[in-house]
Amino acid sequence: MSEPLLQAINLECERDERTLFRNLSFSILPGTVTRVEGPNGSGKTTLLRILAGLNDAWTGELLWCGEPRRLRRESFLRNMLYLGHRPGIKPLLTPLENLRALTAGRYPMDDEVLLRALSGTGLDGFEHVPSRNLSAGQQRRVALARLLIADEPLWLLDEVFTAIDVQGVEAIEALLQQRAEEGGAVVVTTHHDLDLPAMQRISLGEGDWDDS
Amino acid sequence: MTAKAPDIRPVTASVGVAQAMKSVFLRDVRVAFRQRQDLLNPLLFCVMVVTLFPLGVSPEVSFLREAGAGILWVAALLSVLLSLDHLFRHDFDDGTLEQLVLQPQPLFLLVLAKTVAHWILTGLPLVVLTPVLGVMVQLPGNSIAVLCLTLLIGTPVLSLIGSIGAALTLGLRSAGVLLSLLIIPLYIPVLIFGTGTVAAASEGAPVGAYLALMGAFLVLAVTLAPFASAAALKISLSNS
Repeated sequence: MSEPLLQAINLECERDERTLFRNLSFSILPGTVTRVEGPNGSGKTTLLRILAGLNDAWTGELLWCGEPRRLRRESFLRNMLYLGHRPGIKPLLTPLENLRALTAGRYPMDDEVLLRALSGTGLDGFEHVPSRNLSAGQQRRVALARLLIADEPLWLLDEVFTAIDVQGVEAIEALLQQRAEEGGAVVVTTHHDLDLPAMQRISLGEGDWDDS
Repeated sequence: MTAKAPDIRPVTASVGVAQAMKSVFLRDVRVAFRQRQDLLNPLLFCVMVVTLFPLGVSPEVSFLREAGAGILWVAALLSVLLSLDHLFRHDFDDGTLEQLVLQPQPLFLLVLAKTVAHWILTGLPLVVLTPVLGVMVQLPGNSIAVLCLTLLIGTPVLSLIGSIGAALTLGLRSAGVLLSLLIIPLYIPVLIFGTGTVAAASEGAPVGAYLALMGAFLVLAVTLAPFASAAALKISLSNS
């Protein structure tokens, strides 16, 4: 068994005087897909934002590669990719410019690679159209194009299937599966019925969790 | 079921800080030029205030000479204030800000890049416009030169201090009023020294000491404001 990438120990989070979860412990191992599930408002997005380091309103311990995450912040940020509800796409920029800006801080790439990633998400012919002229699903696809070129071992994906059509959903499922086989770790929140082999589940809103 | 151990990339494998700052800067500039009316807005506001003042108060040359520098400074200050809410708001709404915070480079430097872009897009055009407006309010040439210099040093301070307020009020629904209330008191020293410098120049007094003090403001703002803004951004995002 290899060492967990990210380890959560006794996480507790309270929001608006309501305890979302308590004593939540789990490990994110390389080569696994983890699904965070639970009803609306059970804290799935909050948990993912805590894991990504965007939310500070929690207690407990988060270990990155066995060390407290706050001590290894830069290493953690370099090796983690987070896609949130809001996809980080500027409506005034074209998909290509958006993708270039999103990847420029991590791994600058040739436009050729970026264009291939865009066409890989089915955005052929839309590379130079302002993103505000694209549909919601297409805008999400621009953000998803990052997954095709990402080298981060840990992916945190929030509601990744939102506004994506059936073929797209299948492609993403296959991508996640492939990613896990390559040794990456993926954490997703979704209401979509995602069922991959050997998938770890974290159930929120019921007070317990299990590891399958 | 682990296949192979993941490659944990060392921090050094990511893009350098300067490169990342440049990319943040260029993106802001590009977005701004796709929406030119937002660029013109603060400039038009400044021109209107300066034009309306003589009409509303007095077109007397003696009055304008005395009040001109003050009018221009107040107009520039309010224009910058007007544009501040946009500094992080759009990025916050479309999720770009989350991605900015999650970049491996130190956040305060990325924020500094954004602030520099804001200054170049709002403060600098105001400085360029000042000679024209200065002639309009009958300022003598010497005063106009000094006024431009004070605005050149002063407007970056306004952008830098303003970025703290913009970051702090980001999560709020009606941020505008609070932003003004937070920021105006911090702008007052800059305003006093800015107009004081021009007043000294028009009396023929040496302005070196004044300018040095304004330069000190700038240095202080450049070194401290990005840290405060970065911390405020994290708080705002954490509460959203």
